[in-house]
Amino acid sequence: MLSVAGLSAYYGRAHILDDVALDVGAGEVVVLLGRNGAGKSTTMKAIMGLVPPAAGRVRFAGAEIAGREPFEIARLGLGYVPEERRIFTELSVLENLEVGRRPPTAGLRPWTPERLFALFPSLGAMQDRPGGRMSGGEQQMLTIARTLMGNPRLILLDEPSEGLAPVVIERMAEAIRALKSEGLSILLSEQNLHFAQLVSDRATIIEKGRIRWSGSMPQLLAADDVREQYLSV
Amino acid sequence: MENLVLQALSGLASASSLFLVASGLTVIFGVSRVVNFAHGSFYMLGAYLAYTLVTHLPRGHLGFWGGVIGAAVLVGLIGLAVEMLLLRRIYRAPELFQLLATFGVVLIVQELTQMIWGAQDLLGPRAPGLRGSAEILGLRFPLYELFLIGVGPVVLGLLVLLFRRTRWGTLVRAATQDREMVGALGVNQRMLFTSVFFLGSLLAGLGGALQLPRESVNLHMDLSIITEAFVVVVVGGLGSLTGAALAALLIGELHAFGILIVPKITLVLVFLVMALVLVVRPHGLLGKPEAAARGGQGSAEPVIGPAPAALRWLALAALGLAVVVPPFLGDYAISVLTELATAVLFAASLHLIMGPGGMASFGHAAYFGLGAYGAALAAQWLGAPMLAGLALAPLAAGVFGLVFGYFCVRLSGVYAAMLTLAFAQIAWSVAFQWVEVTGGDNGILGVWPDAWAAPKLVFYYLALALCLGATLLLRRVVHAPFGYALRAQRDSALRAEAIGIDAFRIRWLGFALAAAAAGIAGGLFAYGKGSVFPTYMGIPRSVDALLMVLLGGVQTLSGPIIGALAFTGLQEQLVRLTDLWRLILGAVIVLLVLFFPQGLAGATRARWEARHGDA
Repeated sequence: MLSVAGLSAYYGRAHILDDVALDVGAGEVVVLLGRNGAGKSTTMKAIMGLVPPAAGRVRFAGAEIAGREPFEIARLGLGYVPEERRIFTELSVLENLEVGRRPPTAGLRPWTPERLFALFPSLGAMQDRPGGRMSGGEQQMLTIARTLMGNPRLILLDEPSEGLAPVVIERMAEAIRALKSEGLSILLSEQNLHFAQLVSDRATIIEKGRIRWSGSMPQLLAADDVREQYLSV
Repeated sequence: MENLVLQALSGLASASSLFLVASGLTVIFGVSRVVNFAHGSFYMLGAYLAYTLVTHLPRGHLGFWGGVIGAAVLVGLIGLAVEMLLLRRIYRAPELFQLLATFGVVLIVQELTQMIWGAQDLLGPRAPGLRGSAEILGLRFPLYELFLIGVGPVVLGLLVLLFRRTRWGTLVRAATQDREMVGALGVNQRMLFTSVFFLGSLLAGLGGALQLPRESVNLHMDLSIITEAFVVVVVGGLGSLTGAALAALLIGELHAFGILIVPKITLVLVFLVMALVLVVRPHGLLGKPEAAARGGQGSAEPVIGPAPAALRWLALAALGLAVVVPPFLGDYAISVLTELATAVLFAASLHLIMGPGGMASFGHAAYFGLGAYGAALAAQWLGAPMLAGLALAPLAAGVFGLVFGYFCVRLSGVYAAMLTLAFAQIAWSVAFQWVEVTGGDNGILGVWPDAWAAPKLVFYYLALALCLGATLLLRRVVHAPFGYALRAQRDSALRAEAIGIDAFRIRWLGFALAAAAAGIAGGLFAYGKGSVFPTYMGIPRSVDALLMVLLGGVQTLSGPIIGALAFTGLQEQLVRLTDLWRLILGAVIVLLVLFFPQGLAGATRARWEARHGDA
């Protein structure tokens, strides 16, 4: 579904991503693991076209998307959920969803506000509340719901567990498993290994802008040395 | 009593017209963050196009109202073209560049309008069905004014519905907050921006077209409405429709009653209110703090080092020429050179604010003019000798720089630019309207140098020495500890404060210093010309200074010097060679912003560094 190879990106003169490669298959949940500043968010932004990739290929659903504009990439069915959430604070919950709305995608059940409220019940109770007056967990759910309104085939989910209370993280994991069962592909970025192992099929580890390790989730859980080297704080 | 009611009603009618224009401006700003100077030109074009359409279409309701609507739509399309050809390319440029680019459009539209419709005022027909007047409290009040009073609230209502109840409006409000995110959700921002620009321009065109039965159509409509619209938008809070409506009411009534109570200072009054509002509420009545617009990655300012040897030799050679050649030149050429010297200092002083200071000033001419008036008033009323006048010039400008700067440097971005503009307009209005002291529009004549400096050549050397000295002093300041502090607070006010720099005081002193330096230039300019006029403080002269700095390049110290020489030289030649100088100047500005955003000196330095390695 998504295939990245040789991806490089810069901020000014700083080399942030170097030869990044990763794959996400149809219906698969892949987690991109790494410490703070390892390049997880930049990888997602580069895939989405928000940071212009300096080199490399990004193929999505059979099309080459590197160098295209973010809105074109989104229209191909790639959804992006930013780490900072970036809720439209002046807009109500329903209006936030409206901004994300796009036509249905063939082969996927179209998302409606009603279906999303079933997935995230707390949002349904505050449909007219402005985005700026919601808790962090509610905002995180809204930002995912907003992206789903675009009926994507694959979503880039940037650190959804960040700053959330443990009980909210559990609910988030349930929601992600529900999305996977709908047939959605997900590229997740995380520092939280516990959360990642609840939902992911495979893992890719990034450190200082380079991919250091890739394998299945059980392999990672067995490889103490890898976790020690790249993930322990 | 009846008179007061009628006055209030006519204030409402003006408020309504003002709101139409201001709403377009504020809607455009909300989404694109561009302060569109050309908005006044769209208003003027609306009036001219309506004149042509209405006089050519068959008489009657259809002809008149069809002409008005047609003009508004045409102006909307013109705005659309301007957005697609120009603004779309500079959304990430600094605010002042955008302001300047749209000012280039103002000049181009002025020239083209004059070419198409001629310079004389045009009188349009009155609106069919609304020619008469109604009786209110026993006094007659024009029906058309009543109609206008109704138009404002109706347009406000429609706009609110559009923004609250349609998908398009929701997208626009979302993009106002975070355009990049809206793009990542699959919305084509470019289309969105273009459509917003169409709507905003259409509103300006409608505002202009509706003036047709009210007043004559003329070439001064653009700048007179845009300053008022700026005031309304800034007082209301940038991007807020309701705020614009409130502010339009305030300004409209202020005008209506100001004329009754203090007819002499109506112009001052409006800007005074704006200054007052900004001092009390830095983001306008209903505005919110400017969210750092997402999407533009702020690039770090290049470090300023001492001039390389080659540049020093070049400067020395130029100075040598400036000293040796003039004795062989005629009087006219010497006056031009004198003017060039003052232009260099004027530009260098603005550069201190903009470059190392990182502040925006759209009213720097105020200090140039205050210096000029300081010297001229001293000569006129106190009989002061020239040297005393020249000493007074920076003092007057510096004191006002301290006072105005105290308020201006607290604000940032567009609000700061608008507050500097407001203070400059206040200074201009006083010079223009306080006829007894300043001579008003006629200015003060006979400000000539003392006998010893009367020969053009002597005065030139005096001007050269003073301007060069002051310019070099400003340069020295940038490399002194004060200059480091100034640049530190520009790069990060927070971090500068954390290491013990009082950012406010540094900005304030920098502003006042620049004002005083501009005052020297103004004083010399006054004695060089032998007269002073309110235009010395007008918007066009502030724009001249901005152009010099941006033409040269904000990020180099030689920029303002080169820019001042290039701009003054270019203008001199253009005015002499062609009647179309506004058109050409406007085009030059637009091309400059599009292709040389670093300015001449900046571009040269980029090349130099590419060849000689990073300095």
